[in-house]
Amino acid sequence: MTASDPGTRTISVNYMARVEGEGALKVVVRNGAVERAELRIFESPRFFEALLRGRPSAEAPDVTARICGICPVAYQMSAVHAIERALGVHVDGPLRALRRLLYCGEWIESHALHVYMLHAPDFLGYAGAIDMARDHADVVRRGLELKKAGNAIVALLGGREIHPINVRVGGFYRVPRVGELRKLVEPLQRARETALEAVRWVAGFEYPDAERDYVFVALRHPDEYPFNEGRIVASHGLDIDVADYERHFEELHVARSNALHSRLIGGGDYLVGPLARYSLNADRLGGLAREAAAAAGLGRECRNPFRSIIVRAVEIVQACDEALRIIADYRMPEQAAVPVEMAAGSGCAATEAPRGLLYHRYALKPDGTIAEARIVPPTAQNQASIEADLFAHVGRWLDLDEDALRERCEQAVRNYDPCISCATHFLKLEIDRG
Amino acid sequence: MAPLRILVAGVGNPLRGDDAAGPMAIERLQARMPQASCPGVEYMVSGGETGELLGRLEACDAAILIDACVSGAEAGTIHEFDVAAGPLPQRLGGFSSHGFGVHEALELARALGQLPARCRVLAIDAQRDTHGAPVSAAVEAAVDAVVDRVRRQLQCWCTRPVTQPGVSGGSRGP
Repeated sequence: MTASDPGTRTISVNYMARVEGEGALKVVVRNGAVERAELRIFESPRFFEALLRGRPSAEAPDVTARICGICPVAYQMSAVHAIERALGVHVDGPLRALRRLLYCGEWIESHALHVYMLHAPDFLGYAGAIDMARDHADVVRRGLELKKAGNAIVALLGGREIHPINVRVGGFYRVPRVGELRKLVEPLQRARETALEAVRWVAGFEYPDAERDYVFVALRHPDEYPFNEGRIVASHGLDIDVADYERHFEELHVARSNALHSRLIGGGDYLVGPLARYSLNADRLGGLAREAAAAAGLGRECRNPFRSIIVRAVEIVQACDEALRIIADYRMPEQAAVPVEMAAGSGCAATEAPRGLLYHRYALKPDGTIAEARIVPPTAQNQASIEADLFAHVGRWLDLDEDALRERCEQAVRNYDPCISCATHFLKLEIDRG
Repeated sequence: MAPLRILVAGVGNPLRGDDAAGPMAIERLQARMPQASCPGVEYMVSGGETGELLGRLEACDAAILIDACVSGAEAGTIHEFDVAAGPLPQRLGGFSSHGFGVHEALELARALGQLPARCRVLAIDAQRDTHGAPVSAAVEAAVDAVVDRVRRQLQCWCTRPVTQPGVSGGSRGP
């Protein structure tokens, strides 16, 4: 804490840990009320959309996978679905199931990393996972085991754990044999038990009262908890085909952020990610995940972002359960991919990345070359919501001492598991109390 | 008797100038170190992802990690640390942009009781990490010096059990 004059109080965190990417946070407080809360993102823009122009559409899944080392599958999935839509290609049966399985792997590894290594230390009063591991080695080992189970799925289906290379427009380059998938069963059964234990463990944490009346936005599918497809729905009644996304959502440049801010046209901020997904799709969870959620005290919806750690743990249960079901039903397809013929067209898709809705749109030239690409990542969509959370809650936390307040604000950002690198395309926190 | 399982990991991004020092050292070691002379050695090139390194550290009896660093010393300066004896010094920056890298993998391994009893880090001070840039002459020369040190260390570990000395550092290489 620094004080430039007796009337001004500023808290600054130059390097906020346990978020991906670089950013800063400034909260201005006057007479006990929050006047402004600004998330500043100065991670360099990476120009992926421009980089895709002029490249063959077949390269899109591999190029976009490079946007993120934690959720590359999400980028691959949104890319291939959008391009397939542009080309009128439909992927069904075991290939569709394998894509869903690959996504399960990514959810398990990404959520396990956040629940155990990044978020839990906040609730248990540790500076990070290493400090927590000294006192809770077994817990950290469980988290790492869980992550490993997710990694194993991605490695098998994707060719490697990070930035997989086996996804293509129309399906995969190679599909696994039944016996290869069966090897995942035992670790996934253990992972499912660990995930159930994780739900019970995080349900026992203390949570600040921090509910907010969010507009939740997520995919919704007639009978599945959403990964790869569904309509885009929102808690205020919106229910649209993905093709209409840009008619209802817009991106704005704000000077403080290298990532575009998203908002509902004619509305305001909205929230994507586990809370939104769960609140709009709790009835689509499998029995085991639903029972675990109920036992953890999650209602039909969850409006407290600090409790997102419980939702993530429930989603790990769901992903393990779903993965086991897919493996049990798997029959190796005759072809690793459906035939794809290049043509001019335009297509978009949204899938559910671990951090929330990820929208891609591509315009293709007749030879399939990408003429235009648009990518709207979940953290970019959540920036305004992160600011709104701080605006809404910091006023009630002002009686905390400076360190505790700073920690609480950092935690409010980490609730989102933000991937700032993805969004730009880290965090310096400044609280000016006037 | 089963051979000592030894991990030699080169950490870095081959496409970012001097950050390629670790992967380059692995390439040269594989070319210059006959497998028969040290059968338990496994080479690995790593982007520095904590989980992956942690898993590999748990599965070996001894490890050597080679990485680029930014300590403020002259480019090509070689630092050697016995990390089994204690953590890496804070002054060593790194090229990890994710907050989880080599230091975190080593310290998590230590906290979890998974750090091999013999574990050394060789770090080379980098001059540049520009995308697409070649490795600088000073760092490339240091890579050769590191390769020689690793070969001697491996021969030593493979032929007779030894107690490792403590930290030595700051020698200018080669």
